[in-house]
Amino acid sequence: MKVPLSWLREYCDPDLDTAGIEERLTMTGTKVETALRHGVSSVECFVVGRVLSAEAHPDADRLRVCSVAVGEAAVAEIVCGAPNVAAGQTVAVALPGAVMPDGTEIKAAKLRGVPSNGMILAEDELQIGSDHGGIMVLDELILDAELAPGTPLADVLAISTDVLELEVTPNRPDCLGLYGVARELHAATGASLAQEPWSEDPGSEGPVAEAQVLVECPDLCRRFTARVLEDVTVAPSPPWLKARLSAAGQRPINNVVDITNYVMLLTGQPLHAFDLDRVAGARLTVRRAREGEPVETLDSQTRLLDGEMVVIEDDLGPTSIAGVMGGARSEVSESTTQVLMEVANWNGPNIHRTSWALGLRSEASARFEKDLAPEQCLHAQALATKLMIELCKAKVLPGTIDVAGEALPVEAVHLREARVDALLGMHVSRARQAEILQALGFGVSDAPDGLEVTVPAVRRNDVTREVDLIEEVARIHGLQRLPVSLPARRGAYGRLSSEQRLRRRAADALVGCGLYEAMGWTFTTPSLADRLRLSPDDRRRAAPVVENPLSEDQSMLRTTLLGSLLDAAAHNTLRGMPDLGIFEIGTVFAGVAHAAERRAASPLSETGVIERRALGVVLCGRLAPVTWGVPDPPRADVFAVKGVLEAFAHALRVDIDCAPGEQPFLHPGRSASVLCGERRIGWLGELHPLVARTWDLDAAAVMEVDLNELIALAQGEHEYRDVISFPALRQDLSVVLPLDVPAADALLAVRYAASGLLDDVRVFDVYSGPQVGENKRSLALALSFRAHDRTLTDEDVAPVRERIVAALRELGGELRG
Amino acid sequence: MIERIEQLRAKAQQEVEAASTSEALEQLRIRYLGRKAELPQLLRGVSELEPEQRAAVGKTANETRRALERLIEARAAALDADELEHRLRADAVDVTLPGTPPKPVGRLHVLTATMRELEDIFLGLGFTVLEGQEIETVHYNFDALNHSPTHPARARTDTFYLSEDVVLRTHTSPMQIRAMEAHPPPLYVVIPGRVYRPDSDATHTPQFHQIEGLAVDEDITLADLKGTLLAFAKSVFGDEREIRLRPHFFPFTEPSVEVDVSCFHCSGKGFMKDGSRCPLCKGEGWLEVLGAGEVDPNVYSYVSTTERNAPGYDPEKVQGYAWGMGVERIAMLKHGIPDLRLYFENDIRFLEQFG
Repeated sequence: MKVPLSWLREYCDPDLDTAGIEERLTMTGTKVETALRHGVSSVECFVVGRVLSAEAHPDADRLRVCSVAVGEAAVAEIVCGAPNVAAGQTVAVALPGAVMPDGTEIKAAKLRGVPSNGMILAEDELQIGSDHGGIMVLDELILDAELAPGTPLADVLAISTDVLELEVTPNRPDCLGLYGVARELHAATGASLAQEPWSEDPGSEGPVAEAQVLVECPDLCRRFTARVLEDVTVAPSPPWLKARLSAAGQRPINNVVDITNYVMLLTGQPLHAFDLDRVAGARLTVRRAREGEPVETLDSQTRLLDGEMVVIEDDLGPTSIAGVMGGARSEVSESTTQVLMEVANWNGPNIHRTSWALGLRSEASARFEKDLAPEQCLHAQALATKLMIELCKAKVLPGTIDVAGEALPVEAVHLREARVDALLGMHVSRARQAEILQALGFGVSDAPDGLEVTVPAVRRNDVTREVDLIEEVARIHGLQRLPVSLPARRGAYGRLSSEQRLRRRAADALVGCGLYEAMGWTFTTPSLADRLRLSPDDRRRAAPVVENPLSEDQSMLRTTLLGSLLDAAAHNTLRGMPDLGIFEIGTVFAGVAHAAERRAASPLSETGVIERRALGVVLCGRLAPVTWGVPDPPRADVFAVKGVLEAFAHALRVDIDCAPGEQPFLHPGRSASVLCGERRIGWLGELHPLVARTWDLDAAAVMEVDLNELIALAQGEHEYRDVISFPALRQDLSVVLPLDVPAADALLAVRYAASGLLDDVRVFDVYSGPQVGENKRSLALALSFRAHDRTLTDEDVAPVRERIVAALRELGGELRG
Repeated sequence: MIERIEQLRAKAQQEVEAASTSEALEQLRIRYLGRKAELPQLLRGVSELEPEQRAAVGKTANETRRALERLIEARAAALDADELEHRLRADAVDVTLPGTPPKPVGRLHVLTATMRELEDIFLGLGFTVLEGQEIETVHYNFDALNHSPTHPARARTDTFYLSEDVVLRTHTSPMQIRAMEAHPPPLYVVIPGRVYRPDSDATHTPQFHQIEGLAVDEDITLADLKGTLLAFAKSVFGDEREIRLRPHFFPFTEPSVEVDVSCFHCSGKGFMKDGSRCPLCKGEGWLEVLGAGEVDPNVYSYVSTTERNAPGYDPEKVQGYAWGMGVERIAMLKHGIPDLRLYFENDIRFLEQFG
């Protein structure tokens, strides 16, 4: 909402400069986004001039050489290109030194060899109108002022004003009218408020014979008023009106249209002027549109409507889309003599829906969609009638068509004085409360414990309860006066849950492993499932689908983090950073079984979607930077990603295992399922080359686990175990096993056979080659034995070792060396 | 005899001191102290001497032998040290070559780091951290937050829908209701999480993150909100920061405010030392950081009372405040990040600058 300050000051003129007004409005809830200068930045060197003579230019057909009186005795020679310049005219002149609104400085110059000391101005050059057909002839435009040459132009025309651009919150459509802003300023500063501009109504109530209005959908059209004006003279508006509209961001058209815009800007209530002679049958019907019904709007486009949109039609069919845009057929033109002035009230949400559905937003729809008060219709009618009479020499016919529902009652709200203090934590006296509310237009009377308050119509939707009044008091009294305090925090103590702490630990462990944390998109593309070679019945294909996505590529919710991690890997590889390790902790989604039944059982809270937190890792390229000492560091492979898994499982103190397990997007020989006890909680491995190729990657090692499950199994708190008083006994064991015995089986057999005393066993070397025979390999195991109550000797563990050796033999193993 | 011993001692001493290698020293040890050397021979022959000579000669010879042993030992240690020093010097490297990098540490994403920072501030103020679901019902996302049935935020241009009444949450605020339904008052919680709105440009991404705050007790005032958010602003943006509350409108708070922090780039002046306009706050001196307010009483009436939250939330008996802040915006302000889309591109050159 653009508010020219010079206009605003006509209704409320506090003793404050622009910055002061900006501050008061902003701090009371009407935020000033920007304050701009409209028109010229300095009024210096702009004067009234009289054209003494206008002779043809010796060397240019279109130019005239004018002598222009620009002061009591001063005459300037000015070359002018306007077709309408003539001797005797009073004109607007920019003398050398003047700076035009676009920043151009006027300088003495020669035009085709003739000196020119200034410029005779057209209205668009001053941003006070849109006409560039010729210069302004002031004696024709301004009839009531003395226009002596040399008079400062700013005394005659509004060539400079500050304009405030306001952010009006959706609950305050009253501030989409300048008078509503003036009222705010009045309350915020105490400066007096001029009378409502609609307080005098030259029109009258009663029936109107010349036109008929029928409203078929009173639910969407809560009031429809119309007046008929005749003997209308359509012409350009006077300069003051053009200047105000221009400063408010509206293009002047003609006096009738300009009046509708002016009244809308001042009252907040949109209007529409019909050429009554072009309203077929002089009859308007307001009805819901038919599905697919076409309407040609003022911008000459044909729009297809649906059954929830409202049209205004005459006997020839629809002329306007109600509340959004008028039609071309009954538009006011230069030949118009009879005007039907429509001022109506529409259902806000319906207008919002229509304008969004059609992609058609107008000044009118932006106001109607906020739900205006039906009372505002007659405000606008009164002011428009007055201006039509003054500016278009129109006669208003008696009566006002007024199709309305029942008048809405004036609501009263009780305000307990003590509640203000209790909610705000700041004292505001009852007298001050009353003063503030009255300044805002509320009716106030005393009650035993506070105030009885009546709500003005334009605030009816916003203020319905005591707390709403407290807000009014708070914002005008001033939030800067609020003291600073902290709540009592009874029984409150801040701590992270065990799960939250473990999740932080998991991320920290991965960062410690040298990985960067990424954040991918929740949205994914339907083609991802194919790129990952998921089978048709893979449950990861069953992604929740967004009904109104920004694009097809973002139409599904991810069921795995792998897609966005590979996107990140591809992004970096493409930009010359092929060595990377990244992880993401994020939500993955799946539909639930029997979603419909569950939603039916609990429709308020059940979404039918399961959300789980997953942890994904991708490693690409080299695992360490190339250095002069290590010119060829190892590359990411299945063991590298498994190492990451082990490191962070260790950080969480979760025991995990890996078993051979395939995924359609993984290398079939280098992939594993991640197990936590009996539960399969994820997978890891090297990316299948065919999948890597679709992301333009050479290779990648990847992993994803269900972090919820992992954390549920993690041991957050841990009891002390004495591993210090008595040292462990360490022994190595080398065993040759058939190649098809997995290391995990050997370790399991060792652990099972050893029971009590074995503290730890791990593989520290693997060898296969001629010395151990075909289809065999040697595993070197490091065994660590421990007792809690004594230092173990070789003799102590000898029987255990024998059991271990026997167990390995059962797997086909033989001890080496 | 004694004279001979003194002679030997003087000669040996001189030669040991002159020995320049371990091998030469070993030769000397053999020559003077070896089995066949003169001094040990002499010692072995002491018993054959005249009794009056025996004691003096034996003593001198023994002392001399011990002295020589010490001398050789000391010389050997000195020679070893010299030789080690020599070997070390021969092992010199070019120390101007680059060092071997340790295993590099990674980084948390700037949004995670920012969220943790914010969580920690409010943990310190006594709040607990709750997390909610990203997919919500229309009931929790809009209805229970006092959005009128025709509120524009419900439009398909403003909200992603999975079905008629299931949406991608547009804010973390639905957890206000779920938190109140799960816990009785008093309640002090912050709720970080990912939210969604259909916007995409340099200052909007269709997914972003918020931290919601909610405190409900019997007497929590707007002044308490100001105090809480002042603590937040000083923690995040510096001790000298001030905040201001501007009246605003949200459906689920009343009174509602927007909160500005004094600009940390220009110390709230709006212009820089050279007189130019502050590029961060655009000359305003204030940076908008969040929306907040006292919880609208209507919201409490949407909180269903169960065993879990008994006695429930009676709008006449409880009052409190709530706020919602954008994590991307706070990180953007703190670090000068120009384009929100950078957060989700995961370019390593971006990621390694933060966290």
